[in-house]
Amino acid sequence: MEEKEIRIGVFICHCGTNIGGSVDVPAVVEYAKHIPNVVHAERNLYTCADDGLTAIKNAIKEHKLNRVIVASCTPRTHEPLFRSTCEEAGLNKYLFEFVNIREHCSWVHMKDPEGATAKTKELVRMGVARANLLEPQEEMKIDVEPSAMVIGGGIAGMTAAKTLANQGFDVYLVEKEAVLGGMLRNLYRLFPTGEDSLDSLQPSIATVEGHEKIKTLSSCEVKEVKGYIGNFDVTLLREGEKVSFKVGTIIVATGAIEFEPKGYYGYGKYDHVITQIQLEKLLKDGQLKKPDSVVMIQCVGAKGAEVSYCSRICCMVAIKNAMLIKEINPDADIHILHNDIQAYGAEYEELYNKSREMGIRFIKYTPESPPSVTMEGEKLKVEVYNELFGEQIVFGADLVVLSTPLVQHQGGVEISKLLRVPLGKDKFFFEAHVKLRPVDFATDGIFLCGTAHGPAEVAESVSQALAAASGAGIPLSRGFVRIEAISVKVDPEACVGCGFCVEMCPFQALDMVDGKLEIIEALCKGCGTCVATCPTGALEQRHYQNNQIISQIKSIFHPVVE
Amino acid sequence: MTEFEPKIVAFCCNWCSYAGADLAGVSRMQYPPNVRIIKVMCSGRIDPLFVLMSFLEGADAVLITGCHIGDCHYIDANHKTKNRFEFLKEMVAELGIGEERLRLEWISATEGEKFAGMVRETVEKIKKIGPSPLRPKVMQ
Repeated sequence: MEEKEIRIGVFICHCGTNIGGSVDVPAVVEYAKHIPNVVHAERNLYTCADDGLTAIKNAIKEHKLNRVIVASCTPRTHEPLFRSTCEEAGLNKYLFEFVNIREHCSWVHMKDPEGATAKTKELVRMGVARANLLEPQEEMKIDVEPSAMVIGGGIAGMTAAKTLANQGFDVYLVEKEAVLGGMLRNLYRLFPTGEDSLDSLQPSIATVEGHEKIKTLSSCEVKEVKGYIGNFDVTLLREGEKVSFKVGTIIVATGAIEFEPKGYYGYGKYDHVITQIQLEKLLKDGQLKKPDSVVMIQCVGAKGAEVSYCSRICCMVAIKNAMLIKEINPDADIHILHNDIQAYGAEYEELYNKSREMGIRFIKYTPESPPSVTMEGEKLKVEVYNELFGEQIVFGADLVVLSTPLVQHQGGVEISKLLRVPLGKDKFFFEAHVKLRPVDFATDGIFLCGTAHGPAEVAESVSQALAAASGAGIPLSRGFVRIEAISVKVDPEACVGCGFCVEMCPFQALDMVDGKLEIIEALCKGCGTCVATCPTGALEQRHYQNNQIISQIKSIFHPVVE
Repeated sequence: MTEFEPKIVAFCCNWCSYAGADLAGVSRMQYPPNVRIIKVMCSGRIDPLFVLMSFLEGADAVLITGCHIGDCHYIDANHKTKNRFEFLKEMVAELGIGEERLRLEWISATEGEKFAGMVRETVEKIKKIGPSPLRPKVMQ
């Protein structure tokens, strides 16, 4: 415990107008200066910018600061940055405290500048209360097993596996099917170039299967994953037999499946109502009989009650497949009934225009009055209300193709449970941060790529795979990781050996040995559930100490100044 | 005479509800400025003592929030949160503080609106039922 005088520096960020727009930052600075132990307070236009960081480093030296508080955005994005700034100036990074006055204040009280300013003052006060009691911590260094597991052998998983293997790491590529390739195996030609999907797939499969660093485990299911970054213990099931190995990092590339449009537009009832993937198969096998009239319906099951999101790629799939049908029968009548076309980027827009030049017709329907498909004699009858002309249109069709969204599959849900990584509200895997950490999970050492993350086309899946492999490679090449110093410790004098805490631990990190509590620090993930149970106060969580939290609570109700 | 402004303490876990509160901000969802968030790594860290101390200090309401059951970053630590909440609720009622002042809500990182809605509802409700009987006179 530090005995010396506490000297706190407070840096309050305007974040341009993001905070400064609704919080009176100069008033908060004045307030902060009067809080006991605050020896320096200043404001910055952007504390995270170079001058802001320099100001922190200079102030640490000039004012002999031994605690630093930044009041700005959420710690979930910039805490590592400010912590390393403190370290550069010789201050232990656990003596840094983050106060969230943007996400939790200025952005949610935009119309209440007075309330937002008063709240900001209190939040800073709470930050000071906690900072007073912060203690420096040493992080544990853990060796990393120089190998990785990639779950899913589609184009994303194979790309990630290849990339890691080429960096010299052993890779276990786990695929639940008997063969590699994933969804691409079922596709015919790819937009926007029109190349055969197998032309992209075959070389990847060959490289992966021939790579000395990649062990492909097909027909395998992941059964259990234990441990943490650097030391995951994996157990697979292969034809009823257990296979076990150790890896340092994990990449999730479990893909997605096509939504099955049961009950939509006569699907399952009429033979000639099929999905885009079924159409791809017919095209691929050369079994599509020359159709005279085709209707494609977009957003089937998407952007609605069952699947709320736009699946992004189905518009381009429909346009591409419509053009392929035109190749078979240039006179075919093709209508695409859509609810807004997604043709993002120059190449896709170009393809869209080209399809119109070829005579493919686009009709916009509204979700309130969707098309209907019925059978009239031997032919399908499609009716749709054309919003543009304000009239009901009826046409016959030989084939109705439903564009359905990509959705998560049961296997993905299982993997999420096994790895204890989250799924978002659309059921796809949920990244740590949508902009800044798009291929990482919040759990260290686990990454994601491809359609496991959401609908994506091949180029996007490959880019994500390269990014995930690069992220997963960092701890492997460094050889060690540091574990955040938030684990629990026990005061053996105060521990009475009741053992309540042992049952609380989700990770079996606690054990009673001859009436004495033992903590396996490498297993402790720092949830602190045991600490909340300890009846004598013998257990304590580093960096989330009882006294730190209690002093935060008290500070809410005790204005120190004014 | 100004309107009574409740003081509400919200305990948020690092992985879900704190991120949910962040999302409310990112999405510019507006709610009244009566809540003070205290971050812990897991809702399982929320010692019943923290809740009782908040009330003793004068909180008009306390919100216990965490990941949904089954989504806990620490496997099942939030089951313990639930158990503790159940007995805290009884205790708070027994002590005459009023069980309606204690609320448990599971909020995922994607549920910004749920967080904002929870704060709006709680502020409205507490304004209706008035300050906590434990609120020190000086604060009223």
